[in-house]
Amino acid sequence: MTQPIVQLKDLRVNATTDSGRQVEIIKGISFDVGPGEMLALIGESGSGKTTVALSLLGYTRTGCRIDGGEIKVAGHDMAQLSEAQRASHRGATVSYIPQSAAAAFNPAKPLIDQVIEAAHIHDVMPAEVAREKAIELFRALALPDPETIGERYPHQVSGGQLQRLSAAMALITDPRLVIFDEPTTALDVTTQIEVLRAFKSVMKQGGISGVYVTHDLAVVAQIADRIAVLKAGEVQEIGTTEQILHAPEHPYTKELMSAFEPKAFVGAATDLAPNPTPVLDVKRVFAGYGPKGANNMPAALILKDISFDLMPGKNLGVIGESGSGKSTLARAVAGLLPPATGQIAFKGAELHPDLQDRTKDQLRRIQIVFQLADTALNPNKPIGKILGRPLGFYHGLKGQAREARVDELLDMVRLPKSIRHRLPSELSGGQKQRINLARALAADPELILCDEITSALDTVVAAAILDLLKELQRELSLSYMFISHDLSTVEAICDDVLVMYKGEIVERMPTAQMRDGAQHAYSRLLVSSVPKLDTHWLDDLQQDPEITAQFSRR
Amino acid sequence: MTAVTNFIARKSGYNINLVGLCSATVILFWAIVALIAPMITPYPVGEIVDWDYFGPSSSAFWLGSDYLGRDVLSRILMGARFTVGISLGAVTLACFIGVTLGMLAAVIGGLFDQVLSRFLDAFNSIPSKLFGLVVVAAVGSSVPVLILTLTAIYAPGSYRFARALAVNINTMDFVTVARARGEGTLYLIKEEILPNIIGPVLADFGLRFVFIVLLLSGLSFLGLGVLPPNADWGALVKENISGLPFAAPAVIYPSFAIASLTISVNMMIDNLPKKIRDRED
Repeated sequence: MTQPIVQLKDLRVNATTDSGRQVEIIKGISFDVGPGEMLALIGESGSGKTTVALSLLGYTRTGCRIDGGEIKVAGHDMAQLSEAQRASHRGATVSYIPQSAAAAFNPAKPLIDQVIEAAHIHDVMPAEVAREKAIELFRALALPDPETIGERYPHQVSGGQLQRLSAAMALITDPRLVIFDEPTTALDVTTQIEVLRAFKSVMKQGGISGVYVTHDLAVVAQIADRIAVLKAGEVQEIGTTEQILHAPEHPYTKELMSAFEPKAFVGAATDLAPNPTPVLDVKRVFAGYGPKGANNMPAALILKDISFDLMPGKNLGVIGESGSGKSTLARAVAGLLPPATGQIAFKGAELHPDLQDRTKDQLRRIQIVFQLADTALNPNKPIGKILGRPLGFYHGLKGQAREARVDELLDMVRLPKSIRHRLPSELSGGQKQRINLARALAADPELILCDEITSALDTVVAAAILDLLKELQRELSLSYMFISHDLSTVEAICDDVLVMYKGEIVERMPTAQMRDGAQHAYSRLLVSSVPKLDTHWLDDLQQDPEITAQFSRR
Repeated sequence: MTAVTNFIARKSGYNINLVGLCSATVILFWAIVALIAPMITPYPVGEIVDWDYFGPSSSAFWLGSDYLGRDVLSRILMGARFTVGISLGAVTLACFIGVTLGMLAAVIGGLFDQVLSRFLDAFNSIPSKLFGLVVVAAVGSSVPVLILTLTAIYAPGSYRFARALAVNINTMDFVTVARARGEGTLYLIKEEILPNIIGPVLADFGLRFVFIVLLLSGLSFLGLGVLPPNADWGALVKENISGLPFAAPAVIYPSFAIASLTISVNMMIDNLPKKIRDRED
């Protein structure tokens, strides 16, 4: 039998907090990865999957350290090597593809120089040869204009292309092992397909082993040979992809699988008056950025002739790819970006386009929850203060009453009360997003604009958040405008769906019809691009190349 | 010493390191000296008490005597009042005004930002010594005039610095969330922006403090600063500079005083106590 590329034995990673307390992050994990094999690490945020993946590079984040175990990568024990020896393997024997390619490239240098940098650092080949190899990789990764794309700068290519370029960067030195850290999480579904296909074919051709970190089971189903399910720093179950997906044994794996099952949405019991006033009524809104031109339209027009309404107690999904204007729509409704023309009415009363002219009560009733909890929470404020402010600001709560309400809110979003003294940077991505939501709930709103709030969350947590949103809706007669690129999320919570493309609404339909009854070609493309929990889905997927080319900017 | 820092950490909930503790001690020492100086000076500041000039350290004159035979120790102790007091007052005012305006400009933006920025840029272009000269010539030298003049000289730079930092923070989502909530400008700058720029702002504060100490001694040298017989530390160095060939303590000790204060201020700002986040509650 051939020697495995990765032999991880009883890995232990510990951290020391600033008060000197010891925290066990990884509690003895062992697995092997064979040559040419792709192992997926799945688990919720905080389960240690990224820590394990980084340990394969002999790297731990600040404050953590590898306290025991053996990390054999291609015969070298990364735990025992000196820092200089580790550095000689990073990028050469084992390389890393980060989640956000946009943050991983230097914006001031041409792409090709950055792609071949690893070859230069490790002195494995002359620059000319490296360039040729890079162009070959670009071709293998199905990048357009492989000969010249390397001369461009990072801002001149799309997100999907950048992610594939970062794969080329990782593969230039012919590593034995590539670590993928959620590389498609930030991409649109139609782009994700292309990137996954490129990854898969390149890895297969080169016979390279991989470790793929993700929380998206459907992606895992397409790309992994084996899956390790992690929770709280321990492997719960490890097995072939087929076995994990179809015959999970561990209760946690079962829970994970059931969370992923698309849940049909059952609308909240609606006994509405015959002619109810819509909670939100948007009429012929045009909005954009930049100075206003001759026809009173902004220079960069994002939203074009948007009209829709939202009935009380109902939820509206807005789907579309990045750049389709769906987040701008939320900003226009919230008053952050006053529309150039058009009306926005809330419960029959017209809202002033600019939020500075809206009343405090109007502001309270519409809350917006942003996509990136990292930037949406003030990094220097403890959680208790972040949640306490809207309570004080809108409801005048003080002292004990405010504290009690903060505890209630934390309880609502299933977080321990002790978290109130922490800073956002001390929480996991999922926990931060729950705080983000709790802050909106603190205002007691009637309409919540959710901008991709579950796209950074794990399936289990996202499912729990969706359940929570539904529960709150029943109790508080809330309405949600749910912006997402994840169709199954929209399916789980929305009554109706708006499909947006390049700032226009191309179609509105009841969610139930989305899978089969979409009329517009773009809606159909979007629906067919959502990965399914089927290992053959990607290989069998047939999409009309003309429509794909027409609607996606690859 | 780690026992001391550990003890402080346990009692206060703040982590403090040794360098921070030492520099804080030095600053506290000079602050106390500045307060009680008249009570502890062994000789009157202006009186010639030694027959010798540039005299060495002796039991009568601990730090020697200066170019006129005055007691250096007494002059340094009294000089602490001027150096610490004027510089600290000026730097505090300059940074308070500069940082507040800078954050306001970033948050309000538009015309307010444009006008304020251009005005302060213009102000910044006036040479600082020349400006000091004109002001002192016009209204005469006194401690309040010196503080206000130094403030006017150093506030525009502080404004530029704070505005550049605040503009970056202003684009973050959490500021947008606070705006969408309907928060006022004061809340935005105080709660959302300031805590996120306070580190660099304090470092700037320390640098500016050192600049002000130096400019103050420059002004004193020109006879525009602290009026004789009093002198700040910068003036003490300048007036005794001719003692350098004689290795006179009169020129060494005031320099040590300046160095100990300015370095300590910078070290303390780089090593401010950090709150311990991991607490069991």
